[in-house]
Amino acid sequence: MKTIKVSVVTPDGPVYEADVEMVSAKAQSGELGVLPGHIPMVAPLEIGAVRLKKGNATELVAVSGGFLEVRPDRVTILAQAAERAEDIDVARAKAAKERAERRLQAKQDEIDHKRAELALRRAINRLNVANRHF
Amino acid sequence: MGASLRDIKARINTTKKTSQITKAMEMVSASKLNRAEHNARSFTPYMEKIQEVVASVALGSNDASHPMLVKRPVKKTGYLVITSDRGLAGAYNSNVLRTVFQTIQERHRSAEEYAIIAIGRVGLNFFKRRNIPVALHITGLPDQPTFADIKEIANKTVNMFADGTFDELYMFYNHFVSAIQQDVTEKKLLPLTDLASDKKLTTYEFEPSQEEILEVLLPQYAESLIYGALLDAKASEHAARMTAMKNATDNAKELIRTLTLSYNRARQAAITQEITEIVAGANALQ
Repeated sequence: MKTIKVSVVTPDGPVYEADVEMVSAKAQSGELGVLPGHIPMVAPLEIGAVRLKKGNATELVAVSGGFLEVRPDRVTILAQAAERAEDIDVARAKAAKERAERRLQAKQDEIDHKRAELALRRAINRLNVANRHF
Repeated sequence: MGASLRDIKARINTTKKTSQITKAMEMVSASKLNRAEHNARSFTPYMEKIQEVVASVALGSNDASHPMLVKRPVKKTGYLVITSDRGLAGAYNSNVLRTVFQTIQERHRSAEEYAIIAIGRVGLNFFKRRNIPVALHITGLPDQPTFADIKEIANKTVNMFADGTFDELYMFYNHFVSAIQQDVTEKKLLPLTDLASDKKLTTYEFEPSQEEILEVLLPQYAESLIYGALLDAKASEHAARMTAMKNATDNAKELIRTLTLSYNRARQAAITQEITEIVAGANALQ
């Protein structure tokens, strides 16, 4: 099988680096799959999971937005935060989820509401990735 | 004479203790500097990549335009000032604050024309004392900040430009040159005008469209520039504190040396005096 180099990079350092057969991610315009030899492309990502297929195994990386850059020989995902499924701190994500839910309950102005909503989505995404609900 | 001997001894002891503390602080800062440099290194791949993509997307076609790329008439200017939370770092904070203060005095007539975003307690207190408006501030950042620590303030800052609260944004911080040199740097952050990249530009397909990608990409880029400046400033802070503590330790050593010298002199004088007295006493008996 042909492979393509993938790296997931965050401001705190690289999170994932490997050769994989296929990358799929949730872009803002919909689910997106990238195979080796794809034309150069840039697409913004949703808060979601990036799936990296390698042989029979699929690895998951949780990303909080960012974007995906494709070049013929490599794919780079630049996100402000990203964690591999096994590195996710489930207790912390749960706490973040509850905090965000409480904030959503309380009446707040629009910006804070939006912020809490995003925090909630990030927390749920982390939990889903950690439990491999994809 | 005896009292003064004891005084000098006490001063030598306190100076020794102080020098032990400054020596320890010097070593702590040295190891923090090491880690700060490491953090800055792990940030570099992200920064280089995002810079490359932003340059490719924004310069790739000429019809690309986004409010963050366009200069507009300036009614209000934002200044993001990075200082430390604690002192004992030599001229680290005062250098930045003096530069900012002078710049503001030169460029603006009234407080309506600018707003400050303060990172670090020393800066915040400085502006408060002078009744300079501080729009946003954050204090208590860890010595090794992660992106999550400043995400919120970076995000709000970029939004303040987007919603027109101010029309340009400058950053002031200490740029890390080496362990003994840190330069106050002024950097124009927004609008993003110098996007030139020395790497070869790639032509991309855009999914869904170039405008929507810039919408995501540019704020993320601006926020990472702020984070980059913070990492740079933190490295400078640790370096400045290390140098300051090294100087303090050296000064303490010098002080101990002179004090020991006068201690010995005083002791010698006391002995001489005693001998003179004994001899005088013996002579009187004869």
